[in-house]
Amino acid sequence: MNPTLNDTAIRAVRESGHGVAFDALHVRRDFPVLRQRVHNHPLVYLDNGATTQKPQVVLDTMQRFYSEQYSNVHRGVHHLSQVATDLYEDARRTVQRFINAEREEEIIFVRGTTEAINLVAQTYGKRELGAGDEVVISAMEHHANIVPWQMICQERGAALRVIPMNDHGELDIDAYTDLLGPRTKIVAVTHVSNALGSINPVREMIRIAHEYGVPVLVDGAQSAQHLPIDVQELDCDFFTLSGHKMYGPTGIGVLYGKKALLDRMPPYQGGGDMILSVTFEKTTYNELPYKFEAGTPDIAGAIGFAAALKYIRSFEIHEILAHEKQLLEYATDTLSDIEALRVVGTAAEKASVLSFTLCAVHPHDIGTILDQHGIAIRAGHHCAQPVMHRFGIPATARASFAMYNTREDVDQLADGIQKVLEVFA
Amino acid sequence: MDEIRELYQEVILDHNKRPHNFRKMDDADSVLEGFNPLCGDHYTFYLRFDGDSIAEVSFEGSGCAISKASASIMTAVLQGKDRREAEVLFELFTGVVTGKLDPLDHIDELGKLAAFAGVAEFPVRVKCATLPWHTMHGALHGEDKQISTE
Repeated sequence: MNPTLNDTAIRAVRESGHGVAFDALHVRRDFPVLRQRVHNHPLVYLDNGATTQKPQVVLDTMQRFYSEQYSNVHRGVHHLSQVATDLYEDARRTVQRFINAEREEEIIFVRGTTEAINLVAQTYGKRELGAGDEVVISAMEHHANIVPWQMICQERGAALRVIPMNDHGELDIDAYTDLLGPRTKIVAVTHVSNALGSINPVREMIRIAHEYGVPVLVDGAQSAQHLPIDVQELDCDFFTLSGHKMYGPTGIGVLYGKKALLDRMPPYQGGGDMILSVTFEKTTYNELPYKFEAGTPDIAGAIGFAAALKYIRSFEIHEILAHEKQLLEYATDTLSDIEALRVVGTAAEKASVLSFTLCAVHPHDIGTILDQHGIAIRAGHHCAQPVMHRFGIPATARASFAMYNTREDVDQLADGIQKVLEVFA
Repeated sequence: MDEIRELYQEVILDHNKRPHNFRKMDDADSVLEGFNPLCGDHYTFYLRFDGDSIAEVSFEGSGCAISKASASIMTAVLQGKDRREAEVLFELFTGVVTGKLDPLDHIDELGKLAAFAGVAEFPVRVKCATLPWHTMHGALHGEDKQISTE
C-alpha cells in the first residue's frame, strides 16, 4: 500500500470530527451500507455479532490494491510483486501493533477464527495430545471452538472437559481450576460469548492455567472489535481474530501464537510459500510465519483488514468501549421494561450483545417481523447449541451492537418488539 | 405491516396458540422426527393407519408460529385421507408455499391450507412451513431417519 494514502484518509476522517469526541452519528457516515432502506424503513443493523459493515476506507483500500497495486506476494522480482509484498507485510505489522504482539512472525494470516482454531487443533493438538489427555473448553463456546477439539480428541483418544457456567452466563472459575491437572494439554476459551455477551476473565484464567504449565487459546472473534487487546499483557499463548467482525473484509483472520510454541508446531497445510526447499525425498519448511501460510494468501483481504484496524485505531478504543457500554446499558434497560421479554445472558461483565426471548413468540418470528421494519437481528442458536441447551431454550433473538449504532437504533428495536407483540397479542 | 398480516394470518396465529392434535400417540404405526437445525424447529409426528387411510395424526414439539401452525393444520387436514390423497396435498402445499403454484388456481383443494399462501413472499420461512409436510411425506414413504429441511 502506499501508506500515505491510508493515513491521509484517516486524517480526513479525524478532521471530519472524530478524535475530538466519539460521535456515532459521524461514524455512521463512513459506512455506505447503513444509508439504505429495507422494506421501506431506514436500515437498523443490529447483527454485528454475525458480521460488521465496512467503512469506506476499507473499500477504497481494497479497490486501490486491485486497480493499482495488485500482484502475487513473495515471488516476483518485478515492481508490482514488491509493492504487493510490502503491503501484505505492512498489514501483518498493523495487526501486530493492534494486539501488541512481541514479534511480527507471531501473526499468521488465516481465513478467520474457525481456521485459526482448526490450525492449532491439528498441529499443536496432533503433537501434544495422547490417549487420556484433556482439552478444556467452556460451556459457552461457539461451535468453532468445540468441533475442532472434538475432532482431534477423537483422533488422539483424548477427552474434552467443559467449564460450567451459572444462570447469568458466567464461568465457574473454581470448577475451572478443578478441571486443570497433569492431563490438561490446552485450554481454549472464548473471550466474549457470541450468544450471551459475557466477557470472560481470561487474564485470570490464563494465569491459573500457566500455574499448571497449560497453554491457553483465547477465541477473540467477539472481543477484539470491542475491547483493547494486548496479547503480551494477557500472556495468552494463542489468540484468534476474524477480520469481517472487525469492520474488515470476509475471508481473512489471524492466528496469533507465541513464537516458541509456533516453532514447535508442525505445519498445517503443505504447498507453496510454506517451504524453503523441496525435493521428492525431502522438504524443508519455511520459517515463521510462512510455515503456516501455504499457497497464495488472501492478500487483498489482509490489506483491507489492516485498513479496518487503522480505522478502529483512528478512534480512542476506550471511547468506542464507553459508547458501546452505554448503548448496551440503554438497550438492556429499555428492553427490560417490556414485560414479556427475558434477557438471556446477564453476566456482570458484558459486551455489546443482547440476547432475548419473548414469551410465546419464537425468535424466528421475531426476526421476520423486525425485518419487515428494517431491523436486522439474528434469530437462532448462534452456532452455540450447548448454550441454548444450558438455558433450556431452542433459540434466542440477538441484537448485537457496533460502534456505529445509536440510541435511536435501540428505540427502533424496542418499537419493533412492540409490533411483534401486537401481532402475537 | 400488510405483508406481516399476510404471513401471520389469524388462522395461523390461532393454531400456533392452540395447536390441534398436539399430543403423543402411544399406538402409532409410524413415528418420525422433523428438525430444522437452523432455527431449532423440532417436532415428532405420529401416524396411525386404518388400511390405506390415515386414521389419526398427531404431533408434539416446539418451533416458530409458522411451523407449528403448519403442523397443526396438516394434522387436521390429513385425518381420514388415503395415501394418494395425502401425496396430492403434499405436492399442492409445497408447490404453493414455494411459489411454484398459484394459490388462486387451487382455492377449493387448498381449503384451510390457503392461509399459508403468504409464506411464498418470505423465502427464508418456506422451510418452516414445509417441515411438517416433508416429515409426514417421509413417514408415508417408510423413512425412519430424522427429516431435516436444511
